[in-house]
Amino acid sequence: MTLRDILNKLLGQQKTSASTARERLQLVLAHDRSDLSPELLDQMKREILEVVSKYVEINIDEGAVSLETEDRMTALVANLPIKRSLPTTNSGVDS
Amino acid sequence: MATNTRIILICSGKGGVGKTTLTANLGIALARQGAKTAVLDADFGLRNLDLLLGLENRIVYTAQEVLEESCRLDQALVKHKQEPNLALLPAGNPRMLDWLKPEDMQRIVSMLSDQFDYVLIDCPAGVEDGFKNAVSATKEAIIVTNPEVSAVRDADRVIGLLNTHGVNPVQLVLNRVRPKMIASQEMLSVDDVTDILALPLLGLVLEDEQVIVSTNRGEPLTLTGSNSPAARCYSNIARRMQGEDIPLLDPSKEGSGMRDKFIRLMQTKIF
Ligand SMILES: Nc1ncnc2c1ncn2[C@@H]1O[C@H](COP(=O)(O)OP(=O)(O)O)[C@@H](O)[C@H]1O
Ligand SMILES: [Mg+2]
Repeated sequence: MTLRDILNKLLGQQKTSASTARERLQLVLAHDRSDLSPELLDQMKREILEVVSKYVEINIDEGAVSLETEDRMTALVANLPIKRSLPTTNSGVDS
Repeated sequence: MATNTRIILICSGKGGVGKTTLTANLGIALARQGAKTAVLDADFGLRNLDLLLGLENRIVYTAQEVLEESCRLDQALVKHKQEPNLALLPAGNPRMLDWLKPEDMQRIVSMLSDQFDYVLIDCPAGVEDGFKNAVSATKEAIIVTNPEVSAVRDADRVIGLLNTHGVNPVQLVLNRVRPKMIASQEMLSVDDVTDILALPLLGLVLEDEQVIVSTNRGEPLTLTGSNSPAARCYSNIARRMQGEDIPLLDPSKEGSGMRDKFIRLMQTKIF
């Protein structure tokens, strides 16, 4: 974000179009580079959330699984705030 | 016989970003700097390189006849009258696309390598067969793009493909740069594009009406010794290719008045 973007925000104006272009490109390239279709990505997200919620109680509303890209490397980034771990987790391992 | 011929593919993904214009101008600029240079029109579907170089009326044979062995390479090469270090190998009939294979491109390029220091290949748009044939014959590549979302996205796709084919180095030329629009942050900046594509910048070319004038005449800007903005950019790129250390033009550093300073301040990235 540039100084102008911040000023625009304070003045209630739109972001500059270069900023928007940058953000849109980063998002679309993360997808292009991973070669994942939006449907597959959605399915993967759902399954990841399912698996994770077997072990910990997560705040799904605040959680996010997304693709990010930098230096031609694409990363799957999951940010899932944990409410608490579920008691079943350990018992499964012990038995 | 040139032993260390540099074979360079000039490609973009998206059409209309300035590949052919760059090929013509770099070809002439390199030739003027004393390098024996061949430009190969590999855009068999929509050939234009002959027109930009003003050589359209001097074509007798093309790459097609060379491949069919119905003429020798030197019969097909069109030497530029004012710049004899430059020769064009014209594209054949668009129907060549039906039968041309990677091996054919490799054969042509290897024939050219015997005689020239540089072989610049003007690549067709897209990522289909025409592109793949051309890629198979090259060692290095220049990606041409514009500071626009669609051109950058397509460039990214092509860079991925060049990486898989082991083409190296791949460098970037950012064409049609408008410093005023960048200053008002209504155009992606040079840094934005190099960051996103993660490529080294070979150079940028300013938006310049003279490009159109020179195209009308069939005389590339680098031929006429023009001092227009794009002409300077093209010859700087050619000199960098030859290993000269020419500083990059920084559009945001153009101008030193109060207004320019303010504009620059507003471009400061906070996070
Ligand atoms: N730096 C520039 N300034 C202004 N016009 C340009 C510039 N570079 C290219 N053009 C114009 O853009 C159009 C497409 O260029 P061209 O070289 O044919 O692209 P490509 O070969 O990638 O399809 C042409 O009309 C050309 O004159
Ligand atoms: Mg072209």
